[in-house]
Amino acid sequence: MANRVAIVGVGQTNHASNRKDVTQAEMINEAVRAALIDAGLKMKDVEAVFTSNMETFEGIYLPDHGASAELGMIGKPGFKVATGGTSGASVICEGFYMVSSGMFDITMVVGFEKQDSGDTTAAITAATTPVWGKGAVTGAIGEFAKQALSYMNSTGATEEHASLVRLKADRAACRNPHAHLRLGLSSTDEVMNSGYLVWPLKMLDFCPQSCGACAIILATGKKAKKITNKPVWLVDAETVHQEAFRAGTFGDPTGTETYTQHVACENLYKRNGITNPRKQIHLAELYEPSSWEEMNLYEHFHLAEPNQGWKLVEEGVTDIDGELPVNMSGGVLSTNPIGATPTIRVAEAALQIRGDAGDRQAHRDVDVALASALGGPNWTVLFLLKRFT
Amino acid sequence: MSQVTIKLEDKEIYVYEGQIYIPNKYAAGTIGSKVLINIRDKKKLLGMRCPECNKVYFPARQTCVECFGLLDEYVEVSDKGTVMTYTMCNESTIAQPVDTPIYAVIQLDGADTGFVHMLGGVEPEKISIGMRVKALFREKEDRRGSVLDIRYFKPL
Repeated sequence: MANRVAIVGVGQTNHASNRKDVTQAEMINEAVRAALIDAGLKMKDVEAVFTSNMETFEGIYLPDHGASAELGMIGKPGFKVATGGTSGASVICEGFYMVSSGMFDITMVVGFEKQDSGDTTAAITAATTPVWGKGAVTGAIGEFAKQALSYMNSTGATEEHASLVRLKADRAACRNPHAHLRLGLSSTDEVMNSGYLVWPLKMLDFCPQSCGACAIILATGKKAKKITNKPVWLVDAETVHQEAFRAGTFGDPTGTETYTQHVACENLYKRNGITNPRKQIHLAELYEPSSWEEMNLYEHFHLAEPNQGWKLVEEGVTDIDGELPVNMSGGVLSTNPIGATPTIRVAEAALQIRGDAGDRQAHRDVDVALASALGGPNWTVLFLLKRFT
Repeated sequence: MSQVTIKLEDKEIYVYEGQIYIPNKYAAGTIGSKVLINIRDKKKLLGMRCPECNKVYFPARQTCVECFGLLDEYVEVSDKGTVMTYTMCNESTIAQPVDTPIYAVIQLDGADTGFVHMLGGVEPEKISIGMRVKALFREKEDRRGSVLDIRYFKPL
């Protein structure tokens, strides 16, 4: 029988476009120390440290090596995980497996990215072979523009619906002192008039580039009770991959492909007795690089009926006072330090279950939360969190 | 990007030759910049002492490698030090700041850690581990706020 795993501490930086006041290592350290303070632990109490970051996004090789001391990794087991956009989720899987397996009682996972240092899109364009796809891979924006068009086409959602998602994200970000973009948007017009980035994606429909880090401390249930009076169960983790855009073939060129989401949901929900996710899940922190993708993910994760995701936004179901609040942190649309972006999803979901989310606390009781990540070739990682009982 | 063909036995194989261009900006941060500014303006070498274990780092840094202590006390270390180890380059590359540098790890007096720089003004065969050396700073108008504002360390 595997050990049950609990989140005993979370910490994050205040995320921003630029953090020239600190080195990458110093920025990471802010999140590490914040998580230790949150858990009431010392670095020596943590047995192993795992970290995530996207190699080359900051234009340096092995960025984690230059931050070993600041990560608290000196003399300890641990290593970096890099899986594209999902990196900050893969590292949580790593910590989860380690504690669950009994290998360690207490581990820390740390996601980070300092995007004032490099050129993310330049790095992403190096992800494909030059033979079949070089000229077509221009970063994430094109992919999500394609997805937006497919979503619009198949569901009847309009650009106004995407604007509503963006407004919800901004209202949430304005309640979150850690969020990067806190724009104070007052109407959908501001989103609608923000100009096309790549049609039909507008400037405000897409996530920013942020600097930031997020650390989570995981422990066995037994240890968790001794460490803190506010542990949260990290009940389960599921990660599903598919082949990258490699050979000029892509299963479904319309961008509505749901293979990894489908498999991840089926596995996670089946293992945990979730037959009615809309009712059994109380809050979600979803990895939505674009406002359109959030509506798409509602459907992929069975939080909405097929082709009806946009209705949740229209009806306010996923807002702070709704039945199923989504992205009360402001989401990826407001904050995107890539290697930390999925880590923040889980940290924020844990804070919501603890009731420690401050002004951004959902109005409804939150006992069960879903956190997701996506990246690269439509890979999916899902986490299920529950109140500690 | 160019496409060339190579022959492998009786097969013709395409190979793509290209270059990945990834720009980069690296912030020295508040602590690192302060160290560089002191070198530039005052020829002063600032380290930091760990409040937990007393270890003095040069250059100054935020977190103690030994004990995870959070450092904030700047201490000036000497421009004189001891060669801990060294190596000599016999070929020049564009990555090196000078032709055929002699790299050395130097422990400055007052610091507990080694610092990587170059040796100069010395015949290679006269260098030895344990040799005492002193920083040779560039003239004020040539100092740019760089570790290379020290030209090299020369025998004391």
